[in-house]
Amino acid sequence: MNHLNEEQLILHYYGEEGDALAAERHLDECGECRALYGSLQRVLNVVDTLPIPDMGPEYGARVWQRIERRIPVRRRWWLAVPTWRWLAAGAAFAGLLVAAFAAGRFYQHGPSANRMAKTDPAAGEKILMVAVGDYLDRSQMVLIELANANPETPLDISAEQERAGDLVSESRLYRQTAAHTGDTAVTNVLDEVDRVLMDIARGPSELSPGDLEKVRQRLQAEGILLKIRVLNSNVRNHEGPEASPALGQKL
Amino acid sequence: MELTDAAFVSKARAGDANAFRVLVERHSRSLFRLAFRMTGNQQDAEDVVQESFLRAYRQLGNFDERASFGTWMYRIASNCSLDLVRARKRRNDRMAPVDDENMEDPMAKLPSEDPTPERLALSSEVREKVAEAMEDLSPTERTAFVLRHFEGMRMEEVSRVLECQPGAAKHSVFRAVQKLRRALEPLVSAAE
Repeated sequence: MNHLNEEQLILHYYGEEGDALAAERHLDECGECRALYGSLQRVLNVVDTLPIPDMGPEYGARVWQRIERRIPVRRRWWLAVPTWRWLAAGAAFAGLLVAAFAAGRFYQHGPSANRMAKTDPAAGEKILMVAVGDYLDRSQMVLIELANANPETPLDISAEQERAGDLVSESRLYRQTAAHTGDTAVTNVLDEVDRVLMDIARGPSELSPGDLEKVRQRLQAEGILLKIRVLNSNVRNHEGPEASPALGQKL
Repeated sequence: MELTDAAFVSKARAGDANAFRVLVERHSRSLFRLAFRMTGNQQDAEDVVQESFLRAYRQLGNFDERASFGTWMYRIASNCSLDLVRARKRRNDRMAPVDDENMEDPMAKLPSEDPTPERLALSSEVREKVAEAMEDLSPTERTAFVLRHFEGMRMEEVSRVLECQPGAAKHSVFRAVQKLRRALEPLVSAAE
């Protein structure tokens, strides 16, 4: 075999020489090529010693913090593509509000105005309470699942985030309706639940045991789960025929 | 089960910023290593990493989901580094001295454990010479060499990142190694 040229030696060093066995045999037999190859190895080994700063395991998070604000805002998929529930709930409540408003306007000067004022808003409120009760159940479920998670390794919460995102979309309408009916206590609780759910939906999709502990501590400090339970209990009572109108005062 | 890059890319393309955050967290450190080796400067390397992800986010719509997200990011980071190194070449800047903090001392790998002044001086000289030799490579040679030597990419992959023919990538690596050998051989021989 002829001597190996520098390019063949470089390819051999990187394991990309076509006939590696023949090259090895030649290097065993030829002192000249072996010396050249040895020199090449020593030089490349020295290049390997070029130090690189250790950026640490949190470097990725730091990069994200720096670029997050410069990322063009895209609508989240669950906002861009509303679910059937979102649409149905939206249509139902918009219709309800319009009907209640129209009914009030139409009947306020009529002989049966007092009767209508007592029946229709009550029916509307009852429907709202059913929907809010359902919403609170599902919110509570998401939060309890996170609060009770006790993994030893980071937990992927993307499914919970998706549910939290849906709930945030839904709650907007309930909060508006509650605000419209003047029930500030309900609005306040819904606002608080909304903030927690929004933080979960927009936060990291993987939580370490430490992150989960922080979620637990926040839920405990703000008493979110207790407030949800109390409001839910009041809402359930309110769904009944002897419901108290002072729903918010019990919170 | 941990989701693949492809799953997160898909979510990010649909507007899920959190999915993109996961990709940033997964790939930042390897991109930093690549960028540092290409630029030889920590601040430049950090800028390259950030700029690469911003470019990637803007171009997510063009990403072929059958391809590897990591290789795609390498291509973007290589191009960002190339842009930066070329601009710096034009300004005829010198490579900034490397930061001694957080650095592993290459001479610590040698058998003796005594940090004599001579060894420390040699360590510093080695760093300086290697950095100078790398700086003397053309931007394309440097990129090809870094991808082949440090990142372990085969010549075919290097050519895909550089968007050139495999033969051209191979020759860039050859030229880089030849230049490094010419520059560093005297140093290596002297140390023996």
